[in-house]
Amino acid sequence: MEKKDLKKIYHNSPAGPIIFTVLLFLMPVFISSNYIFTIFIMIGFYALVCNGMTMLTGFAGQISLGQATFYGIGAYSSAIVTGTYGLSPWIGMIAGMILGALIALIVGIPTFRLKGHYLALATLGFGIIVYTSFKEMKDLTGGSNGFFGIPTINLFGFEFNNDLRYFYLVWVFVMIGLIFSRNIIHSRIGRALRSIEGSEVASDAVGVNIMNYKLQAFMLSAMFASLSGSLLAHYVTFINPELFGAMTSIYFLLMVIIGGSSSIWGSIVGAATYVLLGEILKQLVPMFLPSAGGEFEIMFFGILLVVTLIYMPNGLYPQFEKLFSKFKKKKEKVQPPLQVGGDRVASGGENQ
Amino acid sequence: MTRENVILKVDNLTKQFGGVIAVNEVSFDVKKGEIFAVIGPNGAGKTTLFNMITGVLPSTSGQVVFENHKLTGKKPYQIAKIGVTRTFQNLEVFSNMTVIENVMTGAHLTMKTNLFTAGLRLPMVVKEERKTMEKAMECLERVGIAHLAYKMSPTLPYGSQRLLEIARAAASNPKLILLDEPMAGLNSEESRQLIEVILKMREDGLTFVFVEHDMETVMSMSDRIVVMDNGVKIGEGTPEEVYQNPKIVAAYLGDEEEDTVYA
Ligand SMILES: Nc1ncnc2c1ncn2[C@@H]1O[C@H](COP(=O)(O)OP(=O)(O)OP(=O)(O)O)[C@@H](O)[C@H]1O
Ligand SMILES: [Mg+2]
Repeated sequence: MEKKDLKKIYHNSPAGPIIFTVLLFLMPVFISSNYIFTIFIMIGFYALVCNGMTMLTGFAGQISLGQATFYGIGAYSSAIVTGTYGLSPWIGMIAGMILGALIALIVGIPTFRLKGHYLALATLGFGIIVYTSFKEMKDLTGGSNGFFGIPTINLFGFEFNNDLRYFYLVWVFVMIGLIFSRNIIHSRIGRALRSIEGSEVASDAVGVNIMNYKLQAFMLSAMFASLSGSLLAHYVTFINPELFGAMTSIYFLLMVIIGGSSSIWGSIVGAATYVLLGEILKQLVPMFLPSAGGEFEIMFFGILLVVTLIYMPNGLYPQFEKLFSKFKKKKEKVQPPLQVGGDRVASGGENQ
Repeated sequence: MTRENVILKVDNLTKQFGGVIAVNEVSFDVKKGEIFAVIGPNGAGKTTLFNMITGVLPSTSGQVVFENHKLTGKKPYQIAKIGVTRTFQNLEVFSNMTVIENVMTGAHLTMKTNLFTAGLRLPMVVKEERKTMEKAMECLERVGIAHLAYKMSPTLPYGSQRLLEIARAAASNPKLILLDEPMAGLNSEESRQLIEVILKMREDGLTFVFVEHDMETVMSMSDRIVVMDNGVKIGEGTPEEVYQNPKIVAAYLGDEEEDTVYA
């Protein structure tokens, strides 16, 4: 019998991810601009949130409009654990993730009992409650004035106290997050999640506890968002409720859709698109429309979302992938053949 | 035969949709290792019966017992765990997966990997994946579509998708499989192959309940038959007994030509 090689099913070559990681981690050797580091740090925060959301939306087919809430729960957990109680940032981070997962469990259980897309509604409503709590629980959170003086992170005495160091810290987390998700997708759990989208009745008939898996995906997405929020808190050292409102949740969903939710790499593409275009807009808009405010950004991304949905319903990432495999095919003529394909499993609308 | 041989007991099962009684107080026993057929004209209530046994639909009254588990009131995934799975009259393959992934998903219950062991890809996860892949391949070989393993499932011809559903059901190590019109859309070569597969799986200890319109298949393959019409059980017995029962012949087999040309 031929050797049963798992690579035949999940034939992703590590080449793409490795090239990306090497280039990214070498970047500071060539560019040493704090502005660029800051941008990449922001992309990293958002990519982490979007990675969790991709598992929830792209693989379990559920839409959350409350990821900023979990982002906020992570940030405030870290702020309170380290700022108020003076404990280690790592404890704050873990506390935030556990709290986020527990809250997702509490919101998720009644929601997933209902058929249909109630998660979006439930998370939106829940988000407003938490946002208000951030504002009103002044003793704990500092209220609308925000929480000041969150300490920086250190690891065995090494302080992550400048942009360059933080850039590495954040992206190590992003990469670990991506590997973790990829591993899940290429396993029993990933198949169970995807089977729900493939055929709910059949999924049920082969023994997949659908509610349980939707819940797990939701809890996982909450943990990713919370982790990202903790990292944010220790980076900016000052947080306020405005960072975690409903608008932020909508932007997260927008990033996931624009980047493409059928691959976890879409989370990086979506986050980068949002941050980079946002920066460009900030530079350009005042030149042409000096009186325009922040609403311009909302409008712009709204239009971009619609255009993406019409022309690229699977988001931007599949386009990148096509480009990449073309590039590889050219190379193959010279070199011995390589397995083509990014970290993507056929999912969702890819095959119509 | 003794009572211990009974593996599935359907007891006065009834399903009412508004004013329509789709299944009306149907009772029968299936014995271990049997190939048991449910026949009847279109709209007789066969699929509804299957849906109640497998937990897809709640029953209005009556109950289903499998071995010593009461299935009534349980969810399909819980019933699958007990060892009862099914295929569907209207195909339900996972269209977003390759053929082999479909079957590996079928093996869901035989695996232990959880979210965290999967995320960390512990050695036991890799081992389990390999084992499951091997097993899935065997299931595909059994139904004769192993050569299609890495194709996306919707690209398969209709008949192969039916075989895929059976391979997927078999991968969960069930004790009982309910097949809803397994031969529909298969060519004669594929049907013959499928009958062989089912007979062989029965030898390995599986029990089958199936719905089928093709009388030749029913007569050649089944040990016993239940005949339904309009939600009511109108007869039961071996293929010979059913053919000789004038009531059944009049009610169902008599109109066979009109009723079952295209099911
Ligand atoms: N969900 C439902 N709601 C209302 N009526 C239904 C529903 N499902 C089935 N029925 C009705 O119940 C009756 C039995 O249908 P069922 O699908 O069980 O028949 P069947 O024996 O499987 O027929 P076929 O051979 O065509 O598959 C039919 O009259 C059908 O219209
Ligand atoms: Mg039917």
